[in-house]
Amino acid sequence: MNIFIGIVITLGTLFVLLAAVGLIRMPDTYLRISVNTKAATLGVGLLLGGVAFYFYDLSTTSRTFVIVLFLFLTAPVGAHLIGRASYFIGNKLWDQSKMDDLRGKYQRNSHVLKSEIDDTPEDNIDHTKM
Amino acid sequence: MTLAEYCRIVILPILAFSVILILVRFFKGPSIADRIVALDLLITTGIGIIGVYTITSGSSTLLDTGMILALIAFLSTVALSYYLERRSKKK
Repeated sequence: MNIFIGIVITLGTLFVLLAAVGLIRMPDTYLRISVNTKAATLGVGLLLGGVAFYFYDLSTTSRTFVIVLFLFLTAPVGAHLIGRASYFIGNKLWDQSKMDDLRGKYQRNSHVLKSEIDDTPEDNIDHTKM
Repeated sequence: MTLAEYCRIVILPILAFSVILILVRFFKGPSIADRIVALDLLITTGIGIIGVYTITSGSSTLLDTGMILALIAFLSTVALSYYLERRSKKK
């Protein structure tokens, strides 16, 4: 049982370390957000799962379950909000990015998302022309 | 080597090293969104360190602190991105 807990905790620690390395190495704000929201939740989930198996009683298991459930619920919401704000304040994409689906669809002043590029090009947020 | 010693000798230094890497991004980050992302990941790593510390110390009291930290991380991300977005919005 201890060996199993050791393997689970080592995997979680490796995920957290990879998230930290990715936060250093990624060239773009949006790629950093993706690293944060994927690797850190899985890493902390594995670590807290190891804690729940180590103590193996009801109070610890319920608390770790609540923490992991809350992290899994809030990580996509927070990532979406910070990505949207970062697109509005003008963070450019990586210069080798292939495509930008939001190009010209957000309105600069009213923050409305339109489903197609309309005929007011000075009001559309376009990171390739700035 | 027991599991508590393994956590103290191997796991906690790796987590501390990753905290240092995240702090580099927090101080270096070119835009303010990078700093917010680094802050969020810093608090999440802190929850992981609290989880490992409960194994080394043998008492599960500190897990309540981890719960509060998860709440505060989400709240700070939402509030900071809300004000960041409102700053660029013109009436």
